[in-house]
Amino acid sequence: MKSLGSIRRDFAPWNDPSAKPYIQFDKVTKKFGDFTAVNNLSLTIFEREFFALLGASGCGKSTLLRMLAGFEEPTAGRILLDGQDLRGIPPYKRPVNMMFQSYALFPHMTVEKNIAFGLKQEGMPAPDIEKRVAEMLRLVKLEQFAKRKPHQLSGGQRQRVALARSVAKRPKVLLLDEPLGALDKKLREETQFELMDLQQELGLTFVVVTHDQEEAMTMADRIAIMDKGEVMQVATPAEIYEAPTSRFVAHFVGNVNMFEGKVAERAANTTRITGATGAQIVVENAADTAKGADIVFAIRPEKIKVSSRKPADAVNALEGEVYDVAYLGDMTVYHIKLDDGQMVRASALNAARVSEDPLTWNDRAWVSFRPDAGVVLTR
Amino acid sequence: MTNIAAAACSSAETAAQLPTRLAKGFVDRLVIIIPYLWLLFFFLVPFIIVFKISLSQTAISMPPYTPVLDFGDGISGLFAGFRELNFDNYTWLTQDALYFNAYVTSLIIAGISTVLTLIVGYPIAYGMARAPATIRPTLLMLVILPFWTSFLIRVYAWIGILKPEGLLNQVLLATGLISQPLVILNTYTAIFIGIVYSYLPFMVLPLYSSLEKMDYSLIEAAQDLGCPPIGAFWKITFPLSLPGVIAGCLLVFIPAVGEFVIPDLLGGSQTLMIGKTLWNEFFANRDWPVSSAVAVILLLVLTVPIMFFQQAQAKAQEQGK
Repeated sequence: MKSLGSIRRDFAPWNDPSAKPYIQFDKVTKKFGDFTAVNNLSLTIFEREFFALLGASGCGKSTLLRMLAGFEEPTAGRILLDGQDLRGIPPYKRPVNMMFQSYALFPHMTVEKNIAFGLKQEGMPAPDIEKRVAEMLRLVKLEQFAKRKPHQLSGGQRQRVALARSVAKRPKVLLLDEPLGALDKKLREETQFELMDLQQELGLTFVVVTHDQEEAMTMADRIAIMDKGEVMQVATPAEIYEAPTSRFVAHFVGNVNMFEGKVAERAANTTRITGATGAQIVVENAADTAKGADIVFAIRPEKIKVSSRKPADAVNALEGEVYDVAYLGDMTVYHIKLDDGQMVRASALNAARVSEDPLTWNDRAWVSFRPDAGVVLTR
Repeated sequence: MTNIAAAACSSAETAAQLPTRLAKGFVDRLVIIIPYLWLLFFFLVPFIIVFKISLSQTAISMPPYTPVLDFGDGISGLFAGFRELNFDNYTWLTQDALYFNAYVTSLIIAGISTVLTLIVGYPIAYGMARAPATIRPTLLMLVILPFWTSFLIRVYAWIGILKPEGLLNQVLLATGLISQPLVILNTYTAIFIGIVYSYLPFMVLPLYSSLEKMDYSLIEAAQDLGCPPIGAFWKITFPLSLPGVIAGCLLVFIPAVGEFVIPDLLGGSQTLMIGKTLWNEFFANRDWPVSSAVAVILLLVLTVPIMFFQQAQAKAQEQGK
């Protein structure tokens, strides 16, 4: 079965036309003076979804989150939560909670008091608070640190306290602003999976802001790629990676080879492309392109096969010379300079311990790929 | 061979480094010694002199007390002098209610003034800390600006404002808010106004520095967790600014207790404050020993509680860590 679906197989409300959106950004614009942080943006997030806003710093993703939390009001447009317009509702009355990038733990309160803070505001009876706090501490595995102050904890522990504090009130939506940004790589990877488990366990809607594509790919059901205050593409991680709709998205997520060219010939199933440098490429999925149109063919490095002889059955095969080889252990990355001057990056999984046909610097080499291995981009 | 050369080389190096290291140690120590010398000569020595005078007896002579310890008389003369010293002046302070009342009044006036200064100064410091970063230096400058004029002149200026036919009364009468001039000058109200005005920068500056470095996302976090802005202020902002509050209060309270100029100029003749009492003993009665005793007691009244307080604070901090 060919599919670019979500990892959670039975969860895809965005494909269901009858599904009710939970959070809705409706033509939202936010300006700070002359600077437009968010530009006429519309976006739909569903209940229990793990949604990631991914983009470089300054793309407007944090502003979007802060508008949802109520710290900023949109200049124009509406934000709806469960059908209710959020305009004019102050942050302390919104049923959303936020986990801050800096964690924003209250330094003069113990871990326990930090977690209980929101519950006390709610007017929850003391014994219930105690029970909930204990439950939260167990959830983030910090039972023995209840009486510590934030400055007595490690970075990872502080992150957990911040998380426990923000989910203690069981908000409808949890907003996470770069939740793992301050952790080291190993801890970050562990925590990614813990966050996913937590989201499943509590059944909450998560909206996470991150600049780390790996983090977004790992955790999110869907990702919105943002640039200059606009959404470039909203899709599942697999779709974003395998079927980007623009050069920006293709470039932003993972590595990619781009062949500039024109549509030369259209057949029923296949399209022939003439590269700007003369390469002839046959692709399958270029449905909505006219003959003679300027396009870009984008293909991921791991979809390209490298060999020392021309593969007999390959539809697309281009000849060149090995320019660079990087051995990374689990895989080897080749930089092949094609005879027409184009540089191609290809990666090969080192599935076998010993290679029969090792390629090295300045060897002649062929790169080949299937007609459906890449995508044709028009913008 | 090379090893030996290397060893010789390294030992030569340490030999050369040794004097510089000693010199560095000496320089380091010198840096610490300088402030201690400063305190010794300009605080401890004057205090010992004052304390010695407080144990002497008043006399009509130059200087106006006996005995004058004279190192020319030799060791025995010095001992004879020491034997004449006694605590009579301190006993005297307990016998006349005037002194006790003056101490108590001073502490009460300084306490009330400190609270008033805090109430006035906190919003100013808060506003400054929340102002755009570009205008903060200007605001800071404005707070410090009054220091460029003489303290005495500024207090005199308040006489012009507060007196019955002064600026304040003229404005209030002209606007019809009052029909009779208010009597403010020569009352305790005038003293409070004077102290609050004069010591406001000492309150605002430490408050500002503790509020300015506070992370604003803490307030956002409190609001996010359902706490309205006023609640967030009392639960987050105020507790976190306590070090600034304490520093500001001490900076106002301590000098206010011994304040002499403001009660004298604005408070009139009937106000009883320890600074004024001390001045009277010293200049009007020429009783140096008693005024020295008053000064020593004032110092004890102020330093002992502050020392205890600081010790408690250090202990609390130790426990926090």
